[in-house]
Amino acid sequence: MQCQSNYHGTRGGEEKLTIMIDTGNRIAAKAAIMAKPEVVAAYPITPQTTLVEAIAEYVARGEYKGEFICVESEHSAMCACIGASAAGSRTFTATSSHGLLLMHEMLHWAALARLPVVMCNINRVIGPGWNIWTDENDSISQRDTGWIQFYCSSNQEIFDTVIQSFKLAEHEKIVLPVMINLNAFILSHTSMPAEIPEQRVVDEFLGKHIAHWKSDIDNPTTFGNIIGPAYYYKVRRAMQQSHLRAKKLIPQIAKDWKKSSGYFHGDLLEYYKCEGAEDILLSMGAIGAESKIAINELQNEGQKIGLARVRVLRPFPTEEIIKLGKQANLIVIDRNISVGLEGVLFNEVKAALFGTSDIKATGFIAGLGGKDVTYKDIKSMCRKAIQGTSKAQEWYAMED
Amino acid sequence: MGHLHFELRDGNIVSTKSLVEICFHGRGGQGAVTAANLLASAALQDGNKGVQAFPFFGAERRGAPVRAFTRISGEEIHLRSEIYNPDIVIVLDESIMELVDVIKGLKDNGKIIINTRKKPTDFEFFHQYNVATVDATGIALKYDILVGGIPVVNTPILGSVPKILDRVTLQSIQQVIIRKWTGKKELSERNVKATRDAYDQTEVSV
Repeated sequence: MQCQSNYHGTRGGEEKLTIMIDTGNRIAAKAAIMAKPEVVAAYPITPQTTLVEAIAEYVARGEYKGEFICVESEHSAMCACIGASAAGSRTFTATSSHGLLLMHEMLHWAALARLPVVMCNINRVIGPGWNIWTDENDSISQRDTGWIQFYCSSNQEIFDTVIQSFKLAEHEKIVLPVMINLNAFILSHTSMPAEIPEQRVVDEFLGKHIAHWKSDIDNPTTFGNIIGPAYYYKVRRAMQQSHLRAKKLIPQIAKDWKKSSGYFHGDLLEYYKCEGAEDILLSMGAIGAESKIAINELQNEGQKIGLARVRVLRPFPTEEIIKLGKQANLIVIDRNISVGLEGVLFNEVKAALFGTSDIKATGFIAGLGGKDVTYKDIKSMCRKAIQGTSKAQEWYAMED
Repeated sequence: MGHLHFELRDGNIVSTKSLVEICFHGRGGQGAVTAANLLASAALQDGNKGVQAFPFFGAERRGAPVRAFTRISGEEIHLRSEIYNPDIVIVLDESIMELVDVIKGLKDNGKIIINTRKKPTDFEFFHQYNVATVDATGIALKYDILVGGIPVVNTPILGSVPKILDRVTLQSIQQVIIRKWTGKKELSERNVKATRDAYDQTEVSV
């Protein structure tokens, strides 16, 4: 049973302030509905189910006027989104874990077809063993599909990132699908307040979706036809160029949204108390929020340490990481693993630093399978890294 | 569920920013999660800027012991981990205490509210903690707050919270209840009366 409450008051005069206290899933649904997608197609899976149910409630109450397609699988959900987006519709879906994996083929398709589908993925463990708690291996395993990937750390950030993602996905210089990731239960089922702007603010920010190409019976065009190696080579390069452009646009859109809504959660990274830091912690998602408490306490203890919370994994913030590598030693916490190698963020941070820095980088695996990661754990990891007593890549708090 | 609207109360400034962590113990179906959510909403209305409510993350079965959590703070909450050392424990079902060590991790100066007909001094840990007792089941029966014939104690017991925690008011709890059951005026009135009774009847050990 959900508890949804809206508070109305004023902020600095005329502007109406609405605070919604609800779960991450329901706040994501609210944002999606306010973006007014013409089509939503989804299939329920724990822990995403309450997000889809919330959208169904908007349909039942007549507050969502678009097409809500209940499909028979996640593969079909993504296919329906692809079809709708190719026809020029603003399109939204949501999934999690095995659902995301079932979409895999169509994730590539949506990106290669340059369709600006927006999707929430609730980061949940992949089975077996069967487990509904959080880690990031589901979305991390889709990082090469061409989707832009955000990782959120609060319900307010979920709302704001969903709105920003429509703007980004549909931007004429991008035209790519965007995945917004939120941790299972820790965000999806936790009620926290989020300020909801007036509908007019979202309408003005997003504008109407203009498809830069679409399947149109009055203007027939061929899609997905056979193309030779030389052209396909160009298709791939064009995707890469759009991702590189997104590195500039994501900060711009975040800035513009701050002007519209008052909220800002960072660009590609969110920097927290990094000034003068000799060590900088990199983490993502819910651990990224909890890390702030660890940083506060470590600073109070005299450590010169800051936090760079990675908000965007694709496109990868290479330039920002290089800058950090010139300032401080880096500590990376991964709630994922590329089995046979190491944590993916750790690996990619080191790749970004190659040839530019000789700082020390330390990686930790933590919180797989939903194992709780507290600020005390984060402090302990940071201390180990600073003291140099951790292994090159350590499984934190592994009980043998 | 529809949207619930209410006005932010004026002149209600929270003087402390400190964090309060609350753990509800109940049985699946008793509405522990709803209680946690309602309390968070009421606390937000009372000017606590940071609030959080979440269930124990896992499978839930009707009748099995369940937990739900509320965090209340004067500033934005960055914590995303579980609650291990609550300031307050609220026991919706006394019989749970035979199965679950409800005071496990409770802070030294912690408080505990128990739905029981016993007195605070009847509990051996009353020397150690601030114990508050209320017959929430009796109150639920009095106001006919039943689901499937079983008394629902989650809303009545919220009336006991302001008695031991000055960060949330009975008025806000009642307003949140009224807004939650918009369109079910008679039911919400019974729940509101139940919270008043619980507030008045809560006994606190000194």
